[in-house]
Amino acid sequence: MSAETLNMRRNDWRARGNAGYWAFVVHRISGIALALFLPLHFWALSTSLQGAAALDGFLLWTDAPLFKFAEWGLVILLTAHMAGGIRLLVIEFGQWHGTRKLWIAVALAASVAVGVLLGAIMLS
Amino acid sequence: MVGLSLMRPLKVKIWRGGQQGAFVAYEVPRLASQSVLDVVTYVQRSLDPSLSYRFSCRVGMCGSCAMSVNGVARWTCRTHVAKVTDEARDDVLELAPLSNLPIIKDLTTDMSEFFDKWAKAKGQFTGTLTRDDEFSNVKPDSPERKKVDAAIECIGCGVCYASCDTVSWRPDYLGPAALNRAWSLVNDVRDAAQNDRLKSVAGDSGCHACHTHTTCSERCPKGIEPTAGISGLKRLAARAAIRGELD
Amino acid sequence: MKASTQAKLWYAQRISAMLLALCVLVHLVTILYAMRGGLSAAEILARTRGNFSFAIFYFVFVLSVVVHAPIGLARIAEEWMQWRGRSLHIALLLVTLLLTVLGLRAVWGVYVG
Repeated sequence: MSAETLNMRRNDWRARGNAGYWAFVVHRISGIALALFLPLHFWALSTSLQGAAALDGFLLWTDAPLFKFAEWGLVILLTAHMAGGIRLLVIEFGQWHGTRKLWIAVALAASVAVGVLLGAIMLS
Repeated sequence: MVGLSLMRPLKVKIWRGGQQGAFVAYEVPRLASQSVLDVVTYVQRSLDPSLSYRFSCRVGMCGSCAMSVNGVARWTCRTHVAKVTDEARDDVLELAPLSNLPIIKDLTTDMSEFFDKWAKAKGQFTGTLTRDDEFSNVKPDSPERKKVDAAIECIGCGVCYASCDTVSWRPDYLGPAALNRAWSLVNDVRDAAQNDRLKSVAGDSGCHACHTHTTCSERCPKGIEPTAGISGLKRLAARAAIRGELD
Repeated sequence: MKASTQAKLWYAQRISAMLLALCVLVHLVTILYAMRGGLSAAEILARTRGNFSFAIFYFVFVLSVVVHAPIGLARIAEEWMQWRGRSLHIALLLVTLLLTVLGLRAVWGVYVG
């Protein structure tokens, strides 16, 4: 039964401003992006089965700026998904000490750090 | 200090109607230390007696006056108008019935499903002793009792349930309040229906649907953190499932 | 799906998440290390071919992903697309198979050849 037929009101973004909610949004969006990217990543790596030349053919392709930017973004999303995921594990399996907002800050900091580091390496 | 004339009247928008409805604008005299429930009561008594809303104790004990205040579920008797609106900016106070619950009329929702889910989560105590037995001794400082303490002050206002997006996405999800209740009983050493309870709270309509948005813990007016209890249930239920005790 | 099955899936996703947290950490360091000075296929393959400890590491990594991702995708399909039941389970089984085949092929290609 959907909310419409039951005649309920739905929350809008005013009800969702808390840090934990944003952590969820990042976790879900990054999860979807990584799941979509994975088959492509696996497929690209398996071109090496046809030898180094085939893999190089693919790597040449990835030199395009758009591709570089997407790669950079995906590594950041991977970091965010991992660090945010550790927070969830700590909440679900650790001793209870609240909603661990510090971990949200840690996840954010880790993502920014990896983003800057990787950006610097890519541009150098 | 109750200088009525010195204060700008408060602009209020209240949801009127049920199936179909709309916000209706009112103006209410501003008072010092005015609660949101005071505003609703003023509208009902002085401006429009046909306004429907629920309240009882007015002091944060009964859990009947929760509404959506400027888009956020709150207990209205203990929410100051000054906390949710800025007089200098002439903010409008927007009042609506709680989300995730069917609207009956105006600010009243049908909470039967909310409480039915408490029953589905085996929220009833199942004892083994009779009146002829000695009292059970539960030490106040035992770990189990402390876990119960953290969950037991729930007044059933529905704020967490109305705030939870997982409830919106999955209408059969039991929700934070029912699971918090189950958690307080899971830690009740006298209760004899533990396995039945874990069966009722496991899976996708139960604790495992929770995504740890933590909105329930953020909004609970009593400072309870249902996220903690739900996490505990996740662990216990999953362990029982792996041991084959839930089949 | 039975509640006990759902509870086990939740557990499987969390256990795989614990493994993945470690794997991703190693993977990130590897990426940052390997990216310095650009990448060429010959360079990559010279490092990786016959490196069996890394092969085993990425084998575990792929299997953890294969467990972790489809369970998460199921939640998203149910909550955001209202897609539930048998057709969803079959679709996710196919996704799982696809990821397994592609993932293991990739590990084989890069580390064994």
